[in-house]
Amino acid sequence: MPKITFIEHDGTVHTVDAELGASVMETAVRNDIASIVAECGGGCTCATCHVYVDEAWVERVGPPSPDEDAELDAAFDVRANSRLSCQIKVTEALDGLIVRTPSYQGR
Amino acid sequence: MSDAIKTDVLIIGAGPCGLFAVFELGLLDIKAHLVDILDKVGGQCAELYPEKPIYDIPGIPEITGQGLSESLMQQIKPFNPTFHLGEMVTGIENIGDPLYRVTTTAGKTFECKAVIIAAGGGSFQPKRPPIAGIEPYEDKSVHYAVRKMENFRGKNIVIVGGGDSALDWTLNLQPIAKRLTLVHRRDDFRGAPDSVNKMRALVASGAMDLKIGQVTELEGADGQLTAASIKDKDGKIDRVACDAMLPFFGLTMKLGPISDWKLDMDEELIKVDVSTFETNRQGIFAIGDINTYPGKLKLILSGFHEGALCAQRVHHYVYPEKRLVFQYTTSSTSLQKKLGVA
Repeated sequence: MPKITFIEHDGTVHTVDAELGASVMETAVRNDIASIVAECGGGCTCATCHVYVDEAWVERVGPPSPDEDAELDAAFDVRANSRLSCQIKVTEALDGLIVRTPSYQGR
Repeated sequence: MSDAIKTDVLIIGAGPCGLFAVFELGLLDIKAHLVDILDKVGGQCAELYPEKPIYDIPGIPEITGQGLSESLMQQIKPFNPTFHLGEMVTGIENIGDPLYRVTTTAGKTFECKAVIIAAGGGSFQPKRPPIAGIEPYEDKSVHYAVRKMENFRGKNIVIVGGGDSALDWTLNLQPIAKRLTLVHRRDDFRGAPDSVNKMRALVASGAMDLKIGQVTELEGADGQLTAASIKDKDGKIDRVACDAMLPFFGLTMKLGPISDWKLDMDEELIKVDVSTFETNRQGIFAIGDINTYPGKLKLILSGFHEGALCAQRVHHYVYPEKRLVFQYTTSSTSLQKKLGVA
């Protein structure tokens, strides 16, 4: 099972098992990582599962799709490594992925 | 209060559960008005996932959020409910046994025998940008909605966002503004292409400014904004003088005034009796995602069931003298007449 590390804004680190094929957002929600709100439940319509992909992983994770990039308009403090975690699918290649959560998801 | 709208039941929230409650109430000859803060019906189905398929509506293998809203509207059509969209219920006052006076942000007053709260995750409200020190400016010079365009005449306005709200207000306010600056994090807009073209033409002609970046700092005093700092993707700061700012970052769900209604709550959820879905206040019910009870599942189908059960209890308040006879739509001519099929 791939492992994903979430580093919350306050520095809290969670390293959790992720199910292949699930999204990074689902992985966070199943593990009670509160800074991933995921109001719309994975529909790419609320921008409350915003994460910053660790620089070392940006290339492997890849850029957002045009739809996701558009939805990032509703997020705050958007950076070059910003993604919506509901749109990142867990694969073997992402074993060890590190993402950071922003201080504010809009609510 | 002679101008109060009198109805049997006021339903707060026009999402799937509120809509289906109209059906269950209608079969029992109970009339309903619905209030929703969104400008459309469907609640989360319409706002958050209109195009996303739902797979767990009984008997419907697959339907989109929008499709479900439309089907429910068709199903409740025989009962002719009245919708009050774009407004939020602010207060509920008990004036009888039970009789409630309910007020909304649009200044309407309702008098009803029962209130059904079907408010889902709360009311959809604008997202507030996390700019340090923004609070004192809110409602004074930072606004999340335009109530009166005249208030913006002759002002230096900054509008933030890239969707239809940001673009529509840019086009509407530009002619009356002293100077209008649209700020967006990227040079691509998800609003209607026609609006984007009109905005770009105004920028090209020099009639307004477009800045690509994110607002990071505000300046001003006593709630009056004087400037906003905009950071571009390379970290360069641009300072724009302004008297008013309108951020449009979409909506998020907030519980809102419900917490002031003296209801027994568990965190942000309303506790209910599972046989009637009545709250601790007689005549006030809660169905759908907003309620909680042992074993609660936040499923649309659960909200439908809750609507059917609460209608039975509401009947008791609307027609205290009448005995309620349980009937099936398949066999009851009386129900079929109400549905317009017999």
